[in-house]
Amino acid sequence: MLEHTDNLGVPPLSAEAIPKPVVTAHWRRILDKNGALLLMAAPGLVLLFAFAYLPLSGLVLAFKNYRANQGIWGSAWVGFDNFHYLFATSDAWRITFNTLFLNGTFIVVTVAGALGVALLLNEVQHTIRARFYQSALFFPYFLSWVVVGYIGFAFLSTDGGFINSLLSHFGIQPIAWYSNANAWIIIITIVNLWKNVGFWSVVYLAGMLAISPEFYEAAKIDGATKLNQIRYVTIPLLTPLIVINVLLSIGRIFYADFGLFFNVTRDSSLLYPTMDVIDTYVYRALRTLGDVGMASAAGFYQSVVGFILVLIANRIVKRFDPEKALF
Amino acid sequence: MAQLLARQSAPFYGAPRQRNWPIHLVLSLITVACVVPLILVVSASFTDEKALVNNGYGLLPSQFSTAAYDYLFRDPRPIFTAYGITIFVTVVGTAFGLLIMSMLAYVLSRKDFKLRKPLSFYVFFTMLFNGGLVPWYIVVSQVLHLKNTISVLILPYLVVPWFVLLLRTYFAQIPDDLLDAARIDGAGEWRIFFRIVIPLSTPALATVGLFCALMYWNDWWLPLLFIDDKRLAPLQYLLYTVSTNISALANSPYSAGMALPIAPVRMAMAVIAIGPIALAYVLVQRFFVRGITVGALK
Repeated sequence: MLEHTDNLGVPPLSAEAIPKPVVTAHWRRILDKNGALLLMAAPGLVLLFAFAYLPLSGLVLAFKNYRANQGIWGSAWVGFDNFHYLFATSDAWRITFNTLFLNGTFIVVTVAGALGVALLLNEVQHTIRARFYQSALFFPYFLSWVVVGYIGFAFLSTDGGFINSLLSHFGIQPIAWYSNANAWIIIITIVNLWKNVGFWSVVYLAGMLAISPEFYEAAKIDGATKLNQIRYVTIPLLTPLIVINVLLSIGRIFYADFGLFFNVTRDSSLLYPTMDVIDTYVYRALRTLGDVGMASAAGFYQSVVGFILVLIANRIVKRFDPEKALF
Repeated sequence: MAQLLARQSAPFYGAPRQRNWPIHLVLSLITVACVVPLILVVSASFTDEKALVNNGYGLLPSQFSTAAYDYLFRDPRPIFTAYGITIFVTVVGTAFGLLIMSMLAYVLSRKDFKLRKPLSFYVFFTMLFNGGLVPWYIVVSQVLHLKNTISVLILPYLVVPWFVLLLRTYFAQIPDDLLDAARIDGAGEWRIFFRIVIPLSTPALATVGLFCALMYWNDWWLPLLFIDDKRLAPLQYLLYTVSTNISALANSPYSAGMALPIAPVRMAMAVIAIGPIALAYVLVQRFFVRGITVGALK
């Protein structure tokens, strides 16, 4: 009805007098002009709705006593009970600490390792050997965590693992690595570095290659040694890139790499004191224990705190370089 | 000009070659550290089971044996099935993901698109906030009913906001004049997209496509959550299952007559899973490096 008036070309005065048709016409124009574009975007938008927005409604599960036959909306409300149970145990503190501590360690170690490797590669750039090094360093990034778990087992298996065989040459008794929780703080840091150092060294090397050679020429004329050039030219010019990447990692610090913690530790319960992180805890509560309430409370906690951290990190990133900020 | 000269002559008046040897030494050691673990796995897969137990894992088989591979290929059906699933999921997922994401990214890159801002927010908000594992798991399995279907291995990864962001940045660099010229010649939106935007963006599409393919090929997370049916298990998931339960490989209960070389079989399974990715790596590695380089300097 309203569209008819529009189509018949009613004089502008009366169209303005009734606000509604104007809005409709406005939307129609957008549709006419952008219909093809909307259609193009539609499949992606629908998929995001199904796999990202529909689950958002499930956040209410943290406040419910979920029963599969009653569904997300039919299950009874229980207020903050799930959170009471979660925070009554020492679990919440332990998984929070482990997640923050290990991710923090990873950030520091990975940045330092990748920067070191990139600096070395930068010194031997343009050689065939440099390419070879880079290819080898980057390879672990291509392996799945399941495969990395196998490789870890070849090293750490109690009977006959590579490390224990080496130790036996020095007369040291085999060590049961998969039950030594403290040793894993170091082991998992090494494994994480091993897998990711190639990727990040490529990123930082790219940053170094973008530095104009004139800076180095000027430094050389002033008598700067190689180390001085690194200290006074390379590192300062690379700082923005490092800061941005570190900030983005800090924004994600509440999310652990599930594959690393699940596959590489072989989900050994003896390692939980140091290796249980929020993601493995939620997975176990959901799949092994079937405690949906506890799992969704822990997940809710992660989503909300994680979101706040991302917002803070993004705010700081924006100050450094508005281009790199997510929004 | 000065910059060009400096670039060309850099290798000549850098430090003399001999002084670089410590750098080469350190880099060689790091390279060895990256490669040795793989040699260990390959060597173990070719080691006799008893020798492996007695002598432990080594860089060379202490007693050479192909028993593990003999066992695996005596009935290769589980491996072939898993390979088939992985290849199907990777090919279909990468093709559709690339198409859907580039269409979405192109629309979001169009400055004259009226809904650009709200829809960009709709897409990128999912990077910042999500419902977490539990609601996602329940929605996929009990609302969308995708459990134990092949599509559950493909659909959830089709749209990755981070890749959409990369593609959008790339598309935004295409000059508007080019699109306008096509429009004046009477080309519609679809034609402009497929005939102009896509051919001009092959480097970005190649990089994102490779990342997508790697993501699908290496995925074990979706089957871990949603696949119970053995016939739908992709390669990485089969590998995961075998790490705890070797019998997952045998279609029929294992005959008591032949001793099962458990540890070497596991490692042989890993080698079979790594093999193709290692070959592909040699071919595509430089595209990845280029892609990351472009992304890092955006």
